[in-house]
Amino acid sequence: MYRYDNHDFALVRERVTQFRDQVARWQSGELSDDEFRPLRLQNGLYVQRHAPMLRIAVPYGMLSSTQLRALAHVARTWDKGYGHFTTRHNIQFNWPRIEDCPDILEYLANVEMHAIQTSGNCIRNITTDHFAGVAPDEIIDPRPLAEILRQWSTFHPEFAFLPRKFKIAISGTREDRALTWFHDVGLHLNLDHQGEPSFRVIVGGGLGRTPIRGEVVRESLPWQHILTYLEAILRVYNLHGRRDNAYKARIKILVQALGVDEFARQVEAEWAHLKDGPATLTREEYDRVKAHFGTPAYRSLPPEDAGFAARKAEDPAFARWVARCVHGHKVAGYAAVTLSLKAPGQAPGDITAIQMEAAARLADEFSFGEARSSHEQNLILADVEQGRLHALWLAARELGLATPSVGLLTDMICCPGGDFCDLANAKSIPIANAIQERFQDLDYLFDLGDLDLNISGCMNACGHHHVGHIGILGVDKNDAEFYQITLGGRQGSQARTGKVIGPSFAAAAVPDAVEKIIGVYLAHRHPDETFLDTFDRIGIEPFKNKVYEDRAHGRAKTATTEQPA
Amino acid sequence: MSTLIKNQAIIPDTWQHLEPGTDPASQPLPEADILFPVALWQARKNEIISRYKRIGLWLEPDAKLEPLADDLHYFQVIAIHFPKFTDGRGYSLARLLRERHHFEGELRAVGDVLQDQLFFMKRVGFDAWALKEGKNPAKALHAFTTFQNPYQGATDEPTPLFRRRNP
Repeated sequence: MYRYDNHDFALVRERVTQFRDQVARWQSGELSDDEFRPLRLQNGLYVQRHAPMLRIAVPYGMLSSTQLRALAHVARTWDKGYGHFTTRHNIQFNWPRIEDCPDILEYLANVEMHAIQTSGNCIRNITTDHFAGVAPDEIIDPRPLAEILRQWSTFHPEFAFLPRKFKIAISGTREDRALTWFHDVGLHLNLDHQGEPSFRVIVGGGLGRTPIRGEVVRESLPWQHILTYLEAILRVYNLHGRRDNAYKARIKILVQALGVDEFARQVEAEWAHLKDGPATLTREEYDRVKAHFGTPAYRSLPPEDAGFAARKAEDPAFARWVARCVHGHKVAGYAAVTLSLKAPGQAPGDITAIQMEAAARLADEFSFGEARSSHEQNLILADVEQGRLHALWLAARELGLATPSVGLLTDMICCPGGDFCDLANAKSIPIANAIQERFQDLDYLFDLGDLDLNISGCMNACGHHHVGHIGILGVDKNDAEFYQITLGGRQGSQARTGKVIGPSFAAAAVPDAVEKIIGVYLAHRHPDETFLDTFDRIGIEPFKNKVYEDRAHGRAKTATTEQPA
Repeated sequence: MSTLIKNQAIIPDTWQHLEPGTDPASQPLPEADILFPVALWQARKNEIISRYKRIGLWLEPDAKLEPLADDLHYFQVIAIHFPKFTDGRGYSLARLLRERHHFEGELRAVGDVLQDQLFFMKRVGFDAWALKEGKNPAKALHAFTTFQNPYQGATDEPTPLFRRRNP
């Protein structure tokens, strides 16, 4: 993975110095709350329901074992012994004291970590596929360009005060695993006719209050031009994006208002001035950064390890874990492994300091000392020998990191919700826990197969509910917490948002509703059909009819406990 | 008299902002160094040029630069107004004035201008700052050197670090 040189170290350390000074000036009253807020947000520091929350960047999800140990130290020293992985690879700590944050960041700077631009109306952490570099369907490893984008976006002087936050995702595979169609900018790396990397540039996607699938503004952009082209996009957005209403300030609203053709015309007109300027990337820089993501010292192995096959045959629990948590790898005899952070009773994405250190140990022992955090809020060990999977499984199981549920109903994406977050309308973790409790039977879950259930505690959609096959959204109704359910959303190349099924539910009714939805699937499915296949074939009506069977015309049974969608 | 940060020093500011009147055609023009609102400049350009030795322009963040492009050589000073420091349009305007329209006079940031934005403002081509009232300019001077060697090119240093990093 990328390692800092003196320049990189100097910048994060200068940031710590700057932030320490800002905190001190805020404490002395020299900086008002309003003046301090955007500054602390651009350094990942929120003031939350119970305590501040500090969000640490994990650029495109890459973590070294050293960094995992440092995060464990932070959790133990300055927090309550755990952290939470977000849907943007980052990790957040929910209980630090504001005055400790400069010390935390100074400590993390030593292991090449920071909180720069993890919040605020600026360019955020670049996200990508958690199998980058090892995926069998990968065309180009996106990480060198993701790192180049990280550096370019860090303290970009022109784009520090955009109308709203700006999220970029990049993928280099045939199947999109980075939700690129639902980002402010989505980038698809491909090879052009000369075999050179080029980008498809997608603009104006997003979840949140107004979910919109992005649109292509340029089908093929040679890689050297990515920075100047992004500067053109951002300049058009910075000058013309709405600033009068925070809910209409994302670039997707501008793209919709102008129409994608006019937006693209303005970008191209701006780009004509920037193209071939000094920000044009050089082969030397690409090669310099790419060298950091070189091939680890893989051994030459047979594609199928005999011992691995035997273990699977004799141990159904191991086979089950392999079926869900072990993923294909481009190198023969190797596999990528998900260490699940979705154990029953645990808040999805939460990880204890003990687990962080254990994951670091497993990374050292089994995967060249590196791990990744996924946008689905799990950890990944990307380079494990097949023959060692059983040993890894035994170790991970001891640590509560081997829940064999990846891609199943209980592998939920879930935001921190009303238990922690100030923005939330409703709690999300107790809903996740109630669903986990209801659907504990592994045979049943395996029989259901691939099913994404995503939960957000408000329409900011941090839990990506729009793209869950089943999406659950917390809404506020007269100060009571209700939950709206959507069906048919999905990630990937065919990414789209789900449809609202009908009136919302009280918290206690959500597991029943989910169970009824699943019942409809089980009753209607053809052999080998996934939930989505069945949904696409039969449509939303049968689900609606079942879920609201005791209600007249899909309306709320009693006006006092339900609200219209 | 208010003060200005310029060339790492705090100096008196001789320029005045003229609030736009309801009718630019009849608005009185005082004898002073004036930062003219765009509408006034456009309505009475010839008169202003003949009456004033030194001319300044005041830009709101929604200003359109193209119609002003041929006039820029008249201005000793262009002030870009930041109604709120979180309104970042002025950063793009500054770069466009410097890099596209090659404006070489004084480019000053006015309005909600705070110490913690000075570094970014310097990078996009500002060279003078009228800090928000009540803020101590002496304490802000060190902000220009917050980062020694930033990654990306901008107006002050067009060559990005990656072109200097690789020998």
